[in-house]
Amino acid sequence: MRVIRILLALTTLVGATACSPIQPWVKPFEREHLADPIMAFDRNPVSSAYLDHVFEAREGARGASGSAGGGCGCN
Amino acid sequence: MGAMRALRQAYGPATARLARALRRAGTAGPAALPFRTVARTAIVALVLVALNSTVPAGVLPEDRADILYHRYQGGGITIDGPSVLIRKKIGESFSVSANYYVDMVSSASIDVKLSASKYKEERKQKSVSVDYLHNKSTYSVAVIDSKESDYVADTAVFSLSQDMFGDLTTVSLSYKRGWNDVFRNVKLADGSKVRDPTFADNADSRGYSVGLSQILTRNLILGLNYEVITDEGFLNSPYRSVRYVDPGSPKGFSLEKEIYPRTHTSNAASVRLKYYLPYRAALDGQGRIYTDTWGVDAWNVDFTYTQPVWKRWILDGHLRYYKQTAADFYSDLFPRAQSQNFLARDKELATYDAITFGAQATYDFQIPRVRWIQKSSVSARLEHMIIRYDDFRDATVTDPANGILAGAEPLYKLNANIFQLFLSIYF
Repeated sequence: MRVIRILLALTTLVGATACSPIQPWVKPFEREHLADPIMAFDRNPVSSAYLDHVFEAREGARGASGSAGGGCGCN
Repeated sequence: MGAMRALRQAYGPATARLARALRRAGTAGPAALPFRTVARTAIVALVLVALNSTVPAGVLPEDRADILYHRYQGGGITIDGPSVLIRKKIGESFSVSANYYVDMVSSASIDVKLSASKYKEERKQKSVSVDYLHNKSTYSVAVIDSKESDYVADTAVFSLSQDMFGDLTTVSLSYKRGWNDVFRNVKLADGSKVRDPTFADNADSRGYSVGLSQILTRNLILGLNYEVITDEGFLNSPYRSVRYVDPGSPKGFSLEKEIYPRTHTSNAASVRLKYYLPYRAALDGQGRIYTDTWGVDAWNVDFTYTQPVWKRWILDGHLRYYKQTAADFYSDLFPRAQSQNFLARDKELATYDAITFGAQATYDFQIPRVRWIQKSSVSARLEHMIIRYDDFRDATVTDPANGILAGAEPLYKLNANIFQLFLSIYF
């Protein structure tokens, strides 16, 4: 019975949360540090694409690194 | 990373001003603030709130051009060449980019030494992409064409990214399709190379990926990626051989052509965290796990530390560790000829680990009297890679007469230097 009560309370809580829009917890005026160019995930695309190509040629693993396509030049 | 781009381009300077004002407020206390500062801060805050509700979060990548020279040297292989990337916005909604990339290969790798002769090769890759921005969605299409004398690869990529939840979250989906034609070159008596008319095959690939980038705190960003790639066709090298025990051979082994399965499916998942340190520096950490239907399991971690110094310089330090297990059908030395259906002795399918470490220096500068260039930078990057193979031996040193028997040669180790020098201009 206690478990059912807890589940009911949790369901109500989640349901109530779903009714209100999600508020950004990091406000735009708090994003100064994130806007700094040194925080870019890919600061130099031409350089990181090349290095991804090298790793893909030398390593058996592939994917989930953001690079795409092409041949190898590595036989 | 549309949300981050939007943030940087739309709110960057204003946010910085506001944050500085608020920081002053926090330090000195409200009573110490002059009325003008408080009023200005309030106005900027109101403008930002207004921007937040009206300006589309998605922002196209900035206009830039990069010219890069790259050089890889190690394991008897030298690959160098240029890469040129240009990206330009067209109107408010479109951005196009074009890349031209060349690999000039000169190879006397351990595989080549064992079963072929030294060769030179050139690979040229051209790609074009178009991004279309509509409200908070960015649609991208890219085509990539890569040509070597014995390998032609065409790839098409379609991706969609969507900013949501107050631009704290960007979700992206991507589909990639590749068509590859595989040929084999043969050397004629006069030394020239021609395509072998008796061999031509192909390999098709499909890739599906989903990504998420999430602002976690005012100093921390999270990135998640998952990608499935599936290939079908001729997936091995038409040149490479495997070796098997042959007591009748002077070296104790003979060679036969490798045979791979004609299908290959891989799954990779990565997590990335980037943290802004209190003294204006950034720490980037990434981890990835990988598994495929050939039995290769791999993982790697990657760390980058970024430190701006002396106003115009940015220095990066990089460290990567990679480890994998061998494919099910890999062996350094098979017990006999045709001992199993699939045969591989590609060192990239062996058991090994690799350490890569390096550094990059970037110098920002202005080009005088060229007003259309907003800023420029020149960067140099050097990486050193060390690969230690656990079950791939140096079969070029086999010498039974001097006690180096087949299967008892020293394990192979590869050292490579990777160098990049590039100029970037923003316009």
